[in-house]
Amino acid sequence: MKESAMTAHVTAGTPSGSSPDHDRRHVTSHAPGDAASTNGAALTNGTAAATEPALFADATAPADAEVPAGAATPADEQATASATEPSLLTDAGEPRRAGALPTRRSVRRFWIVAGTLVVLAAAAICGGLAYDNPMPVGSRGFWLIAQMRATNVVVVIVVAFCQALATVAFQTVTNNRILTPSIMGFESLYRLVQTAAVFFLGAAGVTAVVGVWQFFLQVALMVGFAAALYGWLLAGRNGNLQVTLLVGIVMGGGLGAAATFMQRLLTPSEFDILTARLIGSIANADTSYLGWAICLAAVAGVLLWLQAGRLNVMSLGRETAVNLGLNHRLQTICVLLLVSVLMAVSTALVGPMTFLGFLVAMLAYQLADTYDHRLVFPIAWLIGIVVLAGSHFILKHVFYAEGSVGIIIEIIGGTFFLVYILRKGRL
Amino acid sequence: MITLSTVLRKYTAEVAIGPVDLEIPSGGITALVGPNGAGKSTLLTMIGRLMGMDAGSITVGGLDVSKTPSKELAKRISILRQENHFVTRLTVRQLVGFGRFPHSGGRLTVEDERVISEAIDFLRLDDLESRYLDELSGGQRQRAYVAMVLAQDTEYVLLDEPLNNLDMQHSVQMMKHLKRAAEELGRTIVIVLHDINFAGHYADHICALKHGEVVAFGTPEEIMVPDTLSSIFNTPIDVIDGPRGILACYY
Repeated sequence: MKESAMTAHVTAGTPSGSSPDHDRRHVTSHAPGDAASTNGAALTNGTAAATEPALFADATAPADAEVPAGAATPADEQATASATEPSLLTDAGEPRRAGALPTRRSVRRFWIVAGTLVVLAAAAICGGLAYDNPMPVGSRGFWLIAQMRATNVVVVIVVAFCQALATVAFQTVTNNRILTPSIMGFESLYRLVQTAAVFFLGAAGVTAVVGVWQFFLQVALMVGFAAALYGWLLAGRNGNLQVTLLVGIVMGGGLGAAATFMQRLLTPSEFDILTARLIGSIANADTSYLGWAICLAAVAGVLLWLQAGRLNVMSLGRETAVNLGLNHRLQTICVLLLVSVLMAVSTALVGPMTFLGFLVAMLAYQLADTYDHRLVFPIAWLIGIVVLAGSHFILKHVFYAEGSVGIIIEIIGGTFFLVYILRKGRL
Repeated sequence: MITLSTVLRKYTAEVAIGPVDLEIPSGGITALVGPNGAGKSTLLTMIGRLMGMDAGSITVGGLDVSKTPSKELAKRISILRQENHFVTRLTVRQLVGFGRFPHSGGRLTVEDERVISEAIDFLRLDDLESRYLDELSGGQRQRAYVAMVLAQDTEYVLLDEPLNNLDMQHSVQMMKHLKRAAEELGRTIVIVLHDINFAGHYADHICALKHGEVVAFGTPEEIMVPDTLSSIFNTPIDVIDGPRGILACYY
């Protein structure tokens, strides 16, 4: 397949021309290794020059003359004494490490970011609890009001957790940084369930889909939908992630269309009631099933957390992941199911939040600046709390429109999404 | 030793790879050569269990690749495909560190770091190890990928056209690095090559494929014969004595 796509003269062994960019960069690059190879002479680049004379300059020398036999080490002809051990320190005097945060500077940067986010999240939460509380601080009435607001804070924390972990893991598994699990039809399914309730039961239907059993039913429906989709499309011999995603999007569109059709037939008052349910809202959540939501999210989150190391490998793509010993298909299905549990919990709790996950994951990768999911997950969670609690606070105290936090997130998230794509210029 | 017995992969009724019976000996470099569409890369990816087969079996060092758990195989065999694109932003050293995953499970020990340093130094990447992959030239990046599979520390290393996109100088350097890896580290390297002269000069064995079948297997001296080469590549090819060994001429 690949061979047939190539032109016949490749056999002539001229890989030139296919990468002019590479050649140009090579000439202008001033990395020590390059300098040696282009000059064919000893390095003039300071640091490592003295001990590593012209490693690449001996292109004409026989290969086996470079190193004493049996030494699995840097072929440094001059440093015969230390030829068996690689150097342990970098030029900066730090130990050579390959971890997620390899240098002291990156470690410091990460903790500054994490610390700032913790402070911001705490501020947003405290603001949500205490700001504009009519009772004097510390009085009994103050605490009563704060307690009533505490539910919203817990909902924010749970939803941020679900959306952050689900989106980061979903993007890793699909190897695509601009996807969000919402496109897989969860939200359309939610809209359909809500719409159907109002359609068939009238205005009373809105209350019919709130409650512990209804919550579990909705979660089960969404996870079942995801499991059926992945089981059907991914587990087969020719399972293909791209096709699965496409089918998910198409089915989501179909479910959404069914919901829209039903909405057209509703009376204006019923439609009005329904609309309030269909915009992501912190106030939608009901305390009666909040405990269950926390349990479900925690279990799925911990399971996902335990796979962080494998997720790091998954982010290198299928072929590299298989090479490194992962059962890629099993791993993909497993992660996608956990993602669907998290998304189902979040959606059943507060309704659709299309851009929250995307916004949070995007910011998390920019701020954490590492590949390691063990570090990206908590940062994403913190960002989620800051964004959600922040928007909730703004809506409640600036616009006096408590509840419909989805609106402001979609405005910010949508703008961010467009700016990101336009700036990066590619998908 | 890598053993393929009646390995078959069907695409359509006419297009199929195999059935291939082949034994690739341990040690040294074995080059897979052949015209476009001969099935070189397909065969390599099947040996590296990235692609399944329709019939037959492949054993690598006694392990059946379709039955042995992937995790076990990852400690015995490593494969590098031609195109590697990662969404994550990694430094050279972080990439090479991933090669230790089958051994460390993601938590790098001191010993892992030592092996990573060795692999990096072996490919002379030590000055570049803290650079990000997208800051490297094509040749440097290719070396980083090879360093990753060397850090995986497997007896068998499969490389799918590692010279693609490399200029003359970097191609020669890459082949010298691989030759050293085979000789000094005792690796068995199987490599897909497009240039018969690279195969003739650096490989210990050449396996020629055509239309999905093995048509010739032997040492470079046995394969680098005008008649054999001409029939493999469908082009009149002469073999002459060059200053550094025999050369195929086909221009």
